[in-house]
Amino acid sequence: MSESILGNAILLFVAAAGTSVVFTRDPTSQAIVVSFYGLLLGIMFLVFRAPDVALSQIAIGALALPLMILLALARVKKQGPKS
Amino acid sequence: MTRKVRRVFILISAAALAWVFFLAYRPLPPLGFVHSQYGDLVNAITVPERHITDAVSAVNFDVRAFDTLGEEFILFTSVMGVLVLMRRQSDEPAGHHEDKAPGRTVPPASDAVRVTALLLVAPAMLFGLYIVVHGQVSPGGGFQGGVILASAPVLVYLCSEYAEFRRVLSMRLAEVSEAAGAATYILMGLVSLGLGGMFLENLLPLGRSGTLTSGGMVPFIDVGVGLEVGGGLSLALLAYLEELVEEKEQ
Amino acid sequence: MNYLPYAVAAWLFLVGLYGVTSSRNLIHLIMCVGVIQSSSYVLLLAIGYRVGGVAPVFVDIPANSRAVDPVVQALMLTDIVVEVAVTALLLGLAVQVHKRHGTLNPDRLTKISG
Repeated sequence: MSESILGNAILLFVAAAGTSVVFTRDPTSQAIVVSFYGLLLGIMFLVFRAPDVALSQIAIGALALPLMILLALARVKKQGPKS
Repeated sequence: MTRKVRRVFILISAAALAWVFFLAYRPLPPLGFVHSQYGDLVNAITVPERHITDAVSAVNFDVRAFDTLGEEFILFTSVMGVLVLMRRQSDEPAGHHEDKAPGRTVPPASDAVRVTALLLVAPAMLFGLYIVVHGQVSPGGGFQGGVILASAPVLVYLCSEYAEFRRVLSMRLAEVSEAAGAATYILMGLVSLGLGGMFLENLLPLGRSGTLTSGGMVPFIDVGVGLEVGGGLSLALLAYLEELVEEKEQ
Repeated sequence: MNYLPYAVAAWLFLVGLYGVTSSRNLIHLIMCVGVIQSSSYVLLLAIGYRVGGVAPVFVDIPANSRAVDPVVQALMLTDIVVEVAVTALLLGLAVQVHKRHGTLNPDRLTKISG
C-alpha cells in the first residue's frame, strides 16, 4: 500500500516537473530545472525497480545534458546578438 | 499566422491527440499487471545459462548484443556530427564579444569551486571505472560508467588554469579512446566468428557468476562501450568548451 | 487498478508538444523535445513493472524470485542514450543557426539562405 502511494507521488512530481520545464521560458534557468527533472526521473526509475536506468538517467539527465545546454548557451552568448 | 491563431490550432490538435492517447492506452492492463514472456525467459536464464547477475546487462550485451552495437554507433555518429558543427568555419571571424572589450576581465573561478573540483577528479574516475567493469555483476555498465568518466575532463576544466587544462587533456586521447572502444565491440564480434560461432555469439568461458570475470565476452564489450562513451562524450563536451577555453587563455 | 503512469506519459507528451510549438527560443525548444522523449520512459517503465517484483539484479536473492521485466529496461537504456545523442546534435545545430542568423527565435528565422 505505502509502495503504491510512493509510486503515485513520484509520478505526479515527474508530471509537475515536466510541466515546469516547458513553462520556464528563460533557457538559463530552464537548464537548472531540466537538471532537477532529470534527477526526479532517476528517482522514479529507482522506485519502479530499474536501478540500471536510474544510474544512467542521473548521470545523463541530471549532469551531462544540463552541462551541454549551459555550454551551448555560453557559446551563443559569446557570438553576440548579430554576427 | 499570428501567435494567437496558432495557439488555438495547437490546443485543438492537442485535444484530439489526447483522445487518441486515451484510445491507445485503454486496452493496456493497469500498472504492474503487464505480462511479458520474454522478460520471464531472460530472468530465468540469465544466472544459470549466462552467469550474469544483472539481467539488464545480459539483455544489452549478450541476448541482443547486435542491437546495442547499432545503439553505440548512433552515439558515435552524433559525436561526429557535433564535431563537424562546432568546427570553426573559414568564413567566420575568430570571435568577438563583450568579454574581450577593453577594461573588462573575466572573473576567475572561486577557490571553493576549484578545491571541490580538484577533490572530485580522482573519485569520479575511480567510480566510473568501477561502474564500467562491474557491468555484468551489479547495476551499471559501459554506458553509465562512460558518462561518469566523461565528467572528469569537465572537473579538470573547473579546477585548473588554461595551460594545465591543455597539458592534462588532449582531443587526440579522447578520439583514440572513442575509436578504440567502438573497434573493441566489432572485434569481439569477429572473435566469436573466429571461434566458429555467429557474430557476437558469446563463446568465451562464462566464469563464476557474481565475479569480475563472469559473463564471457560481456566484460570486454562493457569496457569497449565504456571507452567509446567516455571518449565520445568528452569529445562532444570539449567541442563546446573549445572556444570558451581559447578566450580564457588571453 | 492504477492507470496513472499512462496518464502521466500522455500528459508529458502533450505538454512537451505544446512547448515545442509555442517556443520562442531554439534551446528552450530542444529541452521541450527532451520532455516529449521522457514520456516514453514513463510508458516503458509502466509496461515493465510488475506488482511485487524485485529489481532484475540477482545478487543475494534467490534465482527464481519474481523480478520486473529486464527487456523493457534495456530499451529504456537505449532510449536515454539516444536522447543524449539527439540533444547534442540539436544543440550543435542551434549554435550554428545563431551563428548564421544572429537569433534563436524560430519566428524570426523566416529567410532561408543557402
